Amino acid sequence: MKKIFLTCFFILCLLFPASAETKSPSNIKDCSEGFNRAVFKFNNGLDKAIIRPIAIGYRKLPNGLRAVTGNFLNNLSNLVTIPNNALQGDFGKAGNNIARLGINSTIGILGIFDVAKGMGFKRLEKEDYGQTLGAMGAGPGCYLVLPILGPSTARDTFGTIISLVGGDPWYNVTIRNDTQYFKNSDYYFSKIGSGVDFRAKNLDALDNLEENSMDFYASIKSLYLQDRQKKILNSQKITETQDDSDWDEVSSD
Amino acid sequence: MNLKKKFFLITIFFCFIENSLSLEPNIFVQSTVNRASDILGDEISREKKMEKLKIVAMETVDINGIGFYTLGKHRKNLSDEQKKEYSKLFEEYFLKSFSSRLAEYSNPQIDVISQEKKNEKYTIVSSILIATDERPEVKIDWRIYTKNPDKPLIRDLIIEGLSLARTQKEEFNSIIQSNDGDIEALFISLKDFVKK
Repeated sequence: MKKIFLTCFFILCLLFPASAETKSPSNIKDCSEGFNRAVFKFNNGLDKAIIRPIAIGYRKLPNGLRAVTGNFLNNLSNLVTIPNNALQGDFGKAGNNIARLGINSTIGILGIFDVAKGMGFKRLEKEDYGQTLGAMGAGPGCYLVLPILGPSTARDTFGTIISLVGGDPWYNVTIRNDTQYFKNSDYYFSKIGSGVDFRAKNLDALDNLEENSMDFYASIKSLYLQDRQKKILNSQKITETQDDSDWDEVSSD
Repeated sequence: MNLKKKFFLITIFFCFIENSLSLEPNIFVQSTVNRASDILGDEISREKKMEKLKIVAMETVDINGIGFYTLGKHRKNLSDEQKKEYSKLFEEYFLKSFSSRLAEYSNPQIDVISQEKKNEKYTIVSSILIATDERPEVKIDWRIYTKNPDKPLIRDLIIEGLSLARTQKEEFNSIIQSNDGDIEALFISLKDFVKK
């Protein structure tokens, strides 16, 4: 049953060729907008009731404590980034991240200190299976809003499923396999920690965006899809990620 | 002095005048940022800050151009009267939204680091919003409209690779689409926002 479901999902992703759509996030279809808006409303309520207050409290912690939490979570994320670097053919980045993971997990005491940075191993962008599928040419499919997890696409949701069926070593050692070294709660705490850390870093920006949006759902959708496009293109050069065709038609006169 | 020499000197003179008047986009961005930063650092009320920021925006941002960009494909269906109404509404909306977004920040420090000329009409200026205890460093790119090199104008802010103009365009499109393509629905939303 699981195999059939995964096959169907993969076919769904492939039904949307990437060539045109990776260039323009605005072309990505919102196939179930009514459902997505309902889930978005639920997530927003959850954020206001629980996540945002925790993020505000988290921001009051001393800088040093927040920095070590961020370092620890970033070190863990290398476990998913490294196989995706390799799958995308970025072996140089994979090597850099393997060195970072090794050095920071040992000398850096479980990743709480970023010793590797001082040794010349830069902190690079995170990668996941959704980005790898995108880089390989799979289109995004429909835009989705997942309960608790937030904005996604069919392709990115499939990427998350790959992580859960063996692609994420941290999930494997905490939940999937009974290794006796880790508990299920270790995984959940790390994921909640990542969410709170992200929310705290974007507290003002998101509050500001909500206050000044006429359609907050559409703004978040646009920002998410632009961000994914940028990450899939793996480009820091702004001129490569922006579509200028529409600007060229606009004159200020 | 013969005629050829005179002509040559006059040409040089006008070239010099033109070069001295044209403003480099990176200098334009840094001076705009410094003006905004001074206002935000002033010990005045939030309302006064917003008023001063609106003046800076009117002088340095191509509000009309952004307005028509954010309408996307819908701009082609507007009558002249609707265009006029939209331009007026968008300016009010933009100035309120822009100044209220910025007024939350106290004395932000932005350093311009480079610029890249895309074509005769556009230059992208890259800058960094320096990190504070509250938030990490943020990369901000500015799309500068340089059709008139003497008066460059800001057309977009691209924050960590995410375009504010595009976000606004997709927000406006969503409002129009969810009202069966009726542009008047956008006008009502803009009026409501301005009144808020």
